[in-house]
Amino acid sequence: MALLIDIASGALIAGGCFFILVGAIGLVRMPDLYTRAHGTSVIDTLGAGLLILGLMLQAGWTLVTLKLLFVLAISFFTLPVVAHALAQAALHENVAPRLAEDRRQRALTDGAPVGKDGEP
Amino acid sequence: MRLIGLATFLFAFWLALSGHYTAFLVGAGLASAILCAIAARRVLPADSESQPLRLLVGTVTYYPWLLWEIVKSAWSVTKIIIDPRLPISPTMTRVSASQRTAAGIATYGNSITLTPGTLTVGVAGNQLLVHALTRDGALDLESGRMDRRVARFEGTA
Repeated sequence: MALLIDIASGALIAGGCFFILVGAIGLVRMPDLYTRAHGTSVIDTLGAGLLILGLMLQAGWTLVTLKLLFVLAISFFTLPVVAHALAQAALHENVAPRLAEDRRQRALTDGAPVGKDGEP
Repeated sequence: MRLIGLATFLFAFWLALSGHYTAFLVGAGLASAILCAIAARRVLPADSESQPLRLLVGTVTYYPWLLWEIVKSAWSVTKIIIDPRLPISPTMTRVSASQRTAAGIATYGNSITLTPGTLTVGVAGNQLLVHALTRDGALDLESGRMDRRVARFEGTA
């Protein structure tokens, strides 16, 4: 049983590390600030999530697990706010995003049916 | 009544974080919990946002759904990052939030940002400005799937 838990938590920690690495690669490869923020969001979610889940399995039913849960919950609510603040500040300072398509001017009609490929 | 509830919650939080159960430390925790509750009486507004227990029902159904959405989109962003061609099509779009309260719109905006591949850049009233990593991500948000889900979650509060 202890061996099974070790294997499971090892796999989760390794998985978390993989997604953190992917997020770091994304941060380097993406072309501009906004897309880089998307790259790091993989770290915030799957990376940190799997890593902490793996650490919880190591800690077992202890207070440490509860604290890890708090860490996860707090980052769950604060990290999006940070990402949003960063992107909004960039837009406010006129850092233009490189866009393939700009749909900001699309007409918004509340509750109107949406066409089959998403066109309003 | 709410004061006692807050003090109890704070004391439970202290006990959970402390892990040392000597008479002095537990007593100190109890004293600080009560003092904090009294101090917070003037800070906390008397509205529904400070009573999150009422959101609990929606929370059990909404967050598992959101978690699965996050896993799915984190995986698709991962595939984009490790793809040598880096197949991104950054798109800015505007979506309207149908939630009635500020907390509901904040939950929707936060959910969009938390989901990898989409990022809430600006909020004006019930209009959210969203940057998406791919065109498909933007179109998926425009379809209002997540918006309806959050509105339903809010409706249970």
